[in-house]
Amino acid sequence: MNGELGWKVGGEQGEGIDSTGEIFAWTLHRLGYYAFAYRHFMSRVKGGHTNYKIRVTDRAVGHHGDDLHILVAFDQETVNVNWNEMVGGGIVIADGTSGEIQHPETGDVHFCSIPLTGLAKESGSAIMKNMVAVGVTAAIVGLTPEDFLSVIEDRFKKKGQAVVDSNLSAVRIGYDYYNQHFSHQLRLPSRPVAIAPHHLYISGNEATALGALAAGCRVLAAYPITPATEIMYWLVKYLPEYGGVVVQAEDEISAVNMALGANYAGTRAMTSTSGPGFSLMMETLGLAGISETPLVIVDVQRSGPSTGLPTKTEQSDLYEALYGSHGESPRIVLTPTTIEECFRFAVEAFNLAETYQCPVILASDLYMGMSKGSIDSLDTSSVQIRRGKLVTQSELEGVSRGEFKRYQVSEDGISPRAIPGQKGGRFIALGNEHDEFGIEMEDQSMRVLQMDKRARKLQSFHELSGASASGPKDAQITLVGFGSTRGVIDEARTALMQQGLSVAHVQVSVVAPFPADLIRPYIAGAGTVLTVEVNSRGQLADQLRLQLGYHDKIQSCLKYDGDPMLVKDIVKRAKEVISVGSVN
Amino acid sequence: MAVLTDFKGEKPTWCPGCGDYGVLNALQRTAVDLGLDPEDMVVVSGIGCSGKLSAYFGSYGLHTIHGRTLPTAQGVKLANRDLTVLAAGGDGDGFGIGMGHFIHAMRRNVDITYLVMDNHIYGLTTGQTSPTSDPGFVTKTAPKGAVEFPVHPLSLALSAGCGFVAQGFSGDIPQLSAILKRAIQHKGFSFVNIFSPCVTFNKQNTYEFYKSNVVKVDDDPEYDAGNLGLAMAKIEQTQSIVTGVLYEHNRPTYEDSVPNYSKTGLATAQHVLTEADFERLLTQFQ
Repeated sequence: MNGELGWKVGGEQGEGIDSTGEIFAWTLHRLGYYAFAYRHFMSRVKGGHTNYKIRVTDRAVGHHGDDLHILVAFDQETVNVNWNEMVGGGIVIADGTSGEIQHPETGDVHFCSIPLTGLAKESGSAIMKNMVAVGVTAAIVGLTPEDFLSVIEDRFKKKGQAVVDSNLSAVRIGYDYYNQHFSHQLRLPSRPVAIAPHHLYISGNEATALGALAAGCRVLAAYPITPATEIMYWLVKYLPEYGGVVVQAEDEISAVNMALGANYAGTRAMTSTSGPGFSLMMETLGLAGISETPLVIVDVQRSGPSTGLPTKTEQSDLYEALYGSHGESPRIVLTPTTIEECFRFAVEAFNLAETYQCPVILASDLYMGMSKGSIDSLDTSSVQIRRGKLVTQSELEGVSRGEFKRYQVSEDGISPRAIPGQKGGRFIALGNEHDEFGIEMEDQSMRVLQMDKRARKLQSFHELSGASASGPKDAQITLVGFGSTRGVIDEARTALMQQGLSVAHVQVSVVAPFPADLIRPYIAGAGTVLTVEVNSRGQLADQLRLQLGYHDKIQSCLKYDGDPMLVKDIVKRAKEVISVGSVN
Repeated sequence: MAVLTDFKGEKPTWCPGCGDYGVLNALQRTAVDLGLDPEDMVVVSGIGCSGKLSAYFGSYGLHTIHGRTLPTAQGVKLANRDLTVLAAGGDGDGFGIGMGHFIHAMRRNVDITYLVMDNHIYGLTTGQTSPTSDPGFVTKTAPKGAVEFPVHPLSLALSAGCGFVAQGFSGDIPQLSAILKRAIQHKGFSFVNIFSPCVTFNKQNTYEFYKSNVVKVDDDPEYDAGNLGLAMAKIEQTQSIVTGVLYEHNRPTYEDSVPNYSKTGLATAQHVLTEADFERLLTQFQ
């Protein structure tokens, strides 16, 4: 089993599947293990198949894993949908309360029918079938019911000790039932000896929201949308503690313009959304660009186009993040590759937006945003707030009325910025082309000066390296991904190396400005380049070709069926492109 | 104390005789009368002739995109509640493309003032039908006359819960200035619709038309601006050709209603988390 265990619970949506998964994951996390949880759900409140997959490891990982060792199935569909993920020797716990759940006679899988709901009813309430299932799992993996006590207390304390007791007793009932009737055991990975002081179980969305708070963001204007809403939930809880506010705007157009207005007035503000909302924000990207107003937009990508698969992950907004909106203006596109980076980049997004006075798009995705993982720390000690060329009141002393050059044509393309309330800094921020004072005009030479000034800004971009690479520059095959696929590509690289291949991995974390110099040697030296992307067009591959060339050696491993990328998807595709390459 | 010239920005380029001059003049007088500092004010304007107001008025300005003045202005105010924030636009900007924001801004009740320079036509794009164009009004886009029912801004504002609803006329600057003064002083969202004739493209809703038809609520000694029913009735009786403060009712502002929102301008403070803050915030993930 190699240091890990894949566990999944599935059933009908609205039946407490998530809370079963949460209790199991939190318990393992607190015991010092690393849990990574991926939720599969549908765009409806009740009914439809949902499942919650947890991968338990002895080290931090960024992927939910290809394999499944234990499946808890509350209904027939859970078995039908998930059976082929089961590994040999795995165990399926099926709720046999209302008739036997059918299963294929394939594979070396232990099928255990247990009346989970029936046992729960006997212990007081059918709702506690989830806790019975948790108890069964505990018995399989060698945990005790008491291991779950701290998490159960946290969840149910508010409802009284009786509720805590009955939940714990439901766990015991499941635990005892399994031990009395079955004997198959599966081992958890070895338990890490020391638990890091900041051993955190956190999602990309939570890390992003915390990063925004740490950056001094005090206004979030947003419209609810899956999979970005958790950012709103988190900030609606914590922004008020720091005097800030979450505005639920009437639509995403309003949200992005509120964020722009607040940034113009000197308070760090952002909006968080997903594809459909991001599409509505396009015009304001141009306004932020030409008026040189800082703006942070978080796009937690989901499957498109249009409403697409609204509860499924995808990385298909890259073109939009890079090119959306009419006209030409600079922007920064960050694609965090880990939960830790969601935090760090959220902080940095605000610094970059103020330093370069332009929009910053922080593009994560459903997989990154909604999956929770155990990590060992967030780098809170290096949080810095940098506000760029924001002028102080004393710097405005002696500037006479109407003399402040907000859009001064400067060498680095960045001009001094005042905010309302400062004396001597009066200017008009505007979407029209303008002169150095911010006065609307159509003078041809000034138009060109201002366009060139804005275009020049990002030449000095140096704050983030933009990509990380491992492996040799002259690898047989170089895997290139961006954003949330870091973990899965890393594991695919290991798997391919175990098969004797020379493999490199480049993970892009800043798509604009594109880190061409850093990536080029890995593309130039590689035998074959395989971009790994959760979209259908190879949007990152297009960037590589555009920025670096090497059209003949760039291939892609693409997935756009709604499921996240798996290790085996990458391994299979890598072998295909290598074997084709070797024939040539 | 700031004087009138402090509230002058760029030299206006509106057509000679444009109603928008009256709005600008009235606003400048109002700012002086209220003792405001131009650099503690922000005018957020939209697209169209009216959108140029931010450049011509002497405060900080934000000339935003079409129809989005209200979200932007609310963002400005939430960033720094110590500022006096005005949003300004035309009937196309506010009641066409921006209509959704108008209704929600009134519900939300952020303490800003919204001026609409209503000329019943699209002027800057040289004469097309607007959402307030009268039925039958002939324009380049409705050569046989407008067929759609016009937006009625005042009754709409009343039904959307707006706490300050007024209408002015740019041909009567003293009255308009008095209205604007009350609007800016009103705590909460205040809406002032202003008949601002387009002398170039609208030969129907002219200065003369308003001068001879407009009814002033102040001329009615029985009128009570605190009475919603009277306001509705007055608008009905006058077919909306009425000026003055039609309705004023104080309800808590958004800023005062959202929990724990800063009592002073957020933009004037440093926002840094301490190590203790992080420790506390990280506990939930442990």
